[in-house]
Amino acid sequence: MRTGSGIGIGEGIAIGTIRVVRRSTLPTERRNVTDTQEELARFAKAQETAIAQLAQLSEKAMQEGSEENAAILEIHGMMLADEDYCDAITASITGEQVNAEYAVAVTGEAFAQRFAAMDDAYMQARATDIRDISDRLIACLSPEQAVQPQWDAPAILCADTLSPSETAALDSKHVLALVTAHGSAGSHTAILARNRGIPAILGVGEAFFSVMEDGQPAIVNAQTGECILHPDAQTLARTEQEREAQREKSARLDKLRGMENITKDGRKIDIFANIGSAGSIGEVLRHDAGGIGLFRSEFLYLEHSDYPSEETQFQVYKQVLERMNGRKVIIRTLDLGADKQCAYCNLPKEENPALGIRGIRLCLHRPALFRTQLRALYRASVHGRLGIMFPMIANVWELEEILAICAEVRAALKGEGIPICESTELGIMIETPAAALISGTLAPMVDFFSVGTNDLSQYTLACDRQNPEIARFFDEHHEAVLQLIAMAAQQAHRHGKWIGICGELAADVSLTETFLRMGIDELSVAPSAVLHLRETIRSLDLSQARA
Amino acid sequence: MRTFQYTIKDAVGIHARPAGLLAKTAKALDSTVTIALGDKKADAAKLLALMGMGIRCGDTITVTVEGGDEIASEQAMRDVFEANL
Repeated sequence: MRTGSGIGIGEGIAIGTIRVVRRSTLPTERRNVTDTQEELARFAKAQETAIAQLAQLSEKAMQEGSEENAAILEIHGMMLADEDYCDAITASITGEQVNAEYAVAVTGEAFAQRFAAMDDAYMQARATDIRDISDRLIACLSPEQAVQPQWDAPAILCADTLSPSETAALDSKHVLALVTAHGSAGSHTAILARNRGIPAILGVGEAFFSVMEDGQPAIVNAQTGECILHPDAQTLARTEQEREAQREKSARLDKLRGMENITKDGRKIDIFANIGSAGSIGEVLRHDAGGIGLFRSEFLYLEHSDYPSEETQFQVYKQVLERMNGRKVIIRTLDLGADKQCAYCNLPKEENPALGIRGIRLCLHRPALFRTQLRALYRASVHGRLGIMFPMIANVWELEEILAICAEVRAALKGEGIPICESTELGIMIETPAAALISGTLAPMVDFFSVGTNDLSQYTLACDRQNPEIARFFDEHHEAVLQLIAMAAQQAHRHGKWIGICGELAADVSLTETFLRMGIDELSVAPSAVLHLRETIRSLDLSQARA
Repeated sequence: MRTFQYTIKDAVGIHARPAGLLAKTAKALDSTVTIALGDKKADAAKLLALMGMGIRCGDTITVTVEGGDEIASEQAMRDVFEANL
């Protein structure tokens, strides 16, 4: 038994045999030609064939109901027809008097390198698309040498890399799962696999890929991102059960879309989703979450090489609010520091970063940074139902300072004639024991609380949650943690405010009943956990004594 | 020659799909459409050049329309921007 891991795409589990695609290298060696006109004609014909192939694949994707996949293939067709790309190939053929294959390979690599060098992860991933269209062109130039993998029984397809168009062309009846040595979560290959419902693991690495052979029995678990070769009987039996349970579960959960989160005795609760980028909104809607309970705004800062401007932030917040179409969206202000670092912030190196300049402390240290974000948030507030949430509160004076800055920002915007939503809710995270203990003082100052259980547990138990050595001391079910949450819930309600939980514990269904009995009003979880939580809530009856 | 400015609102900037739409629209026009950001410039009908500019959310670009029916061309470009970016 040997296990490799990579980035899991989708949630499926596949059990089957391996089919390795070893690419016959495309014939791209340089040949000098005398008749460049003939090479140009070969290139033109190959280009025409390649564009026709892509049109056909795009048509097939459309028929399968995936508009997004069809669009990606259409873009590939347009790239193939791109003037600059074709001019460069033509110039190479005529200028250097070389064969078309070589000209395409060299030009394609040059264009791919240009994208790979861009300082934007999305554009870097486009290098794969350029290589893909170039390979297609070369295959069309020498069709006899480009072998299409053929096999007749369903198998787990493994390849060094798989291009987007290869992924799109796969027959899903014959492909149980995909495993690649290289690849990233943001690639078009990942999107195509996800949309086609093919479980995939990308980037298992060269070493693991080299031991894969045709006919090996294997397990692919896209949820955990693990691929197991030669699983033993016990693992196999366990995985078969898991796969069966997963199929039943997804069929069951599918039926819960559109249903209320209500207990048998009629208690209703909100289930929202936690997300870290605007790109996850599709998932939020697909899993039928009632809103966004935690939108981590850090990604805006981590993705850029400098502080994101007010306008950049405004556009993102506005887009999120509009796409959520009136459902509540709680955006947490910048929470950097500790395990989340950002080079251009130049944070000083600290002895003890978990207890250092992080969360709201950074924002109060650098008020200009904080004001920019608050201006962007308030400007966006008129485009939906916004809540603003502040992380890492431990003192009353911190909250006083925050609220004063918020009031200044609102007054400034109004002075400039910019509309804002006056009823934008302001809330704080309860993630330090101090905040829970003084929650009775904090509650009247805000509109809501949201408990961050990961940090609350870490600080309550004085136990680093990132150190695996002490994992057994890190007990989120600890009575002390639960008592602090209950205390915050009681104080919130005493002052007529709502309280949610947005840490990982919110998705722990063994605690759902406990949370409901505490009076928690909202649970915010990963989008994929929403329906499971809804199912649990609908099975509870709080009028009965605890089982 | 007609010119207008546009601020990108899409969170990912001018990514592959809208770039494809822009290029397709620009190619079909009888005017030459140029997109500029700072000192970078690209012919809007050229997909790879357009994507290569790395235009992001919040960037304000200048669109220039030259030759042919400039008024109709400007409107066509504005429509694509407003509907997709």
